[in-house]
Amino acid sequence: MTNSLSVEDYRLTGRTRTLGALYSRNARAVIARGLRATKSSNWMVMVSGFFEPVLYLLSMGVGLGALVGTVTGPGGSEISYAAYIAPALLAVSAMNGAVYDSTWNVFFKMNFAKLYQGMLSTSLGPLDVAIGEIFLALLRGALYATGFTAVMGVMGLITTPWALLMIPASVLIAFGFAAFGMAITSFMKTFQQMEWVNFVMLPMFLFSATFYPLSVYPQPIQWFIQALPLWHGVELLRQISAGVFTAATGVHVLYYAAMIGIGVVLTTGRLRALFLK
Amino acid sequence: MPPDLTAEPVIAARALTKHYGEFAAVDGISFEVPAGEAFGLLGPNGAGKSTTMKMIGGVSQRTSGELSIMGLDPERHGPEVRAHLGVVPQQDNLDEELRVRDNLLVYGRYFGLPMSYLKPKADELLEFAQLTEKAGAKVDSLSGGMKRRLTIARSLINEPKILLLDEPTTGLDPQARHILWDRLFRLKESGVTLILTTHYMDEAEQLCDRLVVVDKGRIMAEGSPATLIREHSTREVLELRFGSERNTTVAADLEGIGERLETLPDRVLIYASDGEAALEQVTARGLHPITSLVRRSSLEDVFLRLTGRSLVD
Repeated sequence: MTNSLSVEDYRLTGRTRTLGALYSRNARAVIARGLRATKSSNWMVMVSGFFEPVLYLLSMGVGLGALVGTVTGPGGSEISYAAYIAPALLAVSAMNGAVYDSTWNVFFKMNFAKLYQGMLSTSLGPLDVAIGEIFLALLRGALYATGFTAVMGVMGLITTPWALLMIPASVLIAFGFAAFGMAITSFMKTFQQMEWVNFVMLPMFLFSATFYPLSVYPQPIQWFIQALPLWHGVELLRQISAGVFTAATGVHVLYYAAMIGIGVVLTTGRLRALFLK
Repeated sequence: MPPDLTAEPVIAARALTKHYGEFAAVDGISFEVPAGEAFGLLGPNGAGKSTTMKMIGGVSQRTSGELSIMGLDPERHGPEVRAHLGVVPQQDNLDEELRVRDNLLVYGRYFGLPMSYLKPKADELLEFAQLTEKAGAKVDSLSGGMKRRLTIARSLINEPKILLLDEPTTGLDPQARHILWDRLFRLKESGVTLILTTHYMDEAEQLCDRLVVVDKGRIMAEGSPATLIREHSTREVLELRFGSERNTTVAADLEGIGERLETLPDRVLIYASDGEAALEQVTARGLHPITSLVRRSSLEDVFLRLTGRSLVD
């Protein structure tokens, strides 16, 4: 504020870059902000998000598992009920965290906290914000997955080193849901519409072969469940936890790759609608 | 003759239009702002001032028309244009999850500025905003005036060439307003271009070199505060109050005094070059108002004249 401005200071030249109006290659500033905010106020939310699947595992796996006994796991081996549902709970937790971050959290920060309004008054473009927020969601997902896998280890539910691959696989699942969730949020205008997200998530959690095998359903319902994203996540992590890999493993991974691709393209296309209202 | 560089506008809007569905929030406005000017958009709530500000910042897409900020289209070069803008929105949007000083540092990082620059700059701005003692405080513990000053300090972190202020002093007490005006004067002196919207005419008269009066998305008049008053109003105004019952009925008896008469629910305004003389004529007609006041014409009167309505409803 000390030096006076001259006429020359008021001249700008702009280069035309692809996505130049939307992106300033500075998503790391959004990420740094998220980490700082977590450090100073959000850590309680983080902690509670970690405990949710652990509590399910204790209640259903240990409690209900005492009644169920052993079940047939991937590859046909007999495993404890807790070992059967643990990878499924991890997939659900990856989904819940990613969906929460990309829908409710984005919706709230945009419409109520006006956080993005502030960010977009700076050099940041909407793509910087979207990449930063998705990265934060994935980082959180990776932390949860690591913690949950450690809990599984302590409970003696891990029998193969392959199980460590559940961590990157959880991040893949989270990425799929986060990219897709943000695209969906770009079409949402009110809280009532946001409730639809929960309306879809809860039944998907309960019925995606999370707590029992898909074979209990009649054939048409099986097909329907197999079309939904969570089932692929549950099956993928269940296979990895047992170290059993088949052609289906590749299908599950491809399903998520497609979901990420579609989600990212849709979100980028809807960025102006999402952030520049 | 060499080309006059200073005449090149830093902001040029031509037939700028923004529709929300059927509703035209901004309806074909054109204006130019040269470097270093303090330019005001004066109008009531809903006149389209904030929408215009958002289009300048490239965060709202225009429906039609042209807009150039320092030679660039903010819609196509949003990040580059905004690198040189400071934005003070109508409602504070401070980051409530961060502490006071962190708000400045993190915001500076959004511009890609290095910490080595930001740390001393943040301290300098906290001093400027008289918030040094609050550096480590939580944002929600600040008073309204402090939050406003922090928002303004934040808008200066990138040393902007153009500062956009949307209703900068709304909700502030008189003392806080004067502090703020002083700060804005200093920025203007250093060559920063100020664009501000306001519905306070005293603020517009104090701060603006030139302004446009906006109503329903259209520009009603343009000029310096003094020019606008000269062109659209008389030198003085006589304000008479006869009590809310009588104001309208008495208006007929006042016909012919002064150049023009305006009847408002709470008072009657007589526009005249000499207010005292007009008051003498009123009493000569046997009319005795409860209170009377002679004052100079203000932008409020200009607005009333142009739109038939008051600025603050």
